Amino acid sequence: MTGTLHSVDQYLNVKLLNVKVINPEKYPQLIALKNCFVRGSVVRYIQIPPEHVDTELLQDATRRENAPASSKK
Amino acid sequence: MEEPLDLIRLSIDERVYVKCRGSRELRGKLHAYDQHLNMILGEVEETVTTTEIDEETDEEIVKKQTRKVGMLFVRGDIIVLVSPPLRTT
Repeated sequence: MTGTLHSVDQYLNVKLLNVKVINPEKYPQLIALKNCFVRGSVVRYIQIPPEHVDTELLQDATRRENAPASSKK
Repeated sequence: MEEPLDLIRLSIDERVYVKCRGSRELRGKLHAYDQHLNMILGEVEETVTTTEIDEETDEEIVKKQTRKVGMLFVRGDIIVLVSPPLRTT
């Protein structure tokens, strides 16, 4: 399922606008949806357009967030 | 202080192997992760293994399907195993 990401909350619940079903043959019941809310716990993957991602920023943020306790002083 | 996640921290910006629930395997470059093991992987190759049983011969037929994804967020709760940089492939 694809769409414009509207918002994400603390549980990684996701609200999508103007959704399109990628595989309508398999999920005909979803074709009628325009907007939807997806419970975070059932999400497996979210595909992201790579050109919109600053990988260096992500890597630095992750290193900082997960830095060993000893170096946080 | 050493902790298991340190191993993953040292794998940032390297290609990693991730085994997931549902017979799914991912290989990709680790860009970010958090304490839940939610991850952002780049240039990902996903392999899904399915097995069917041939009704006539009772033999297992193993099928592997792969697909490529440029940038992927993976929810941590499906992750079974993370292995540091692959020296092969």
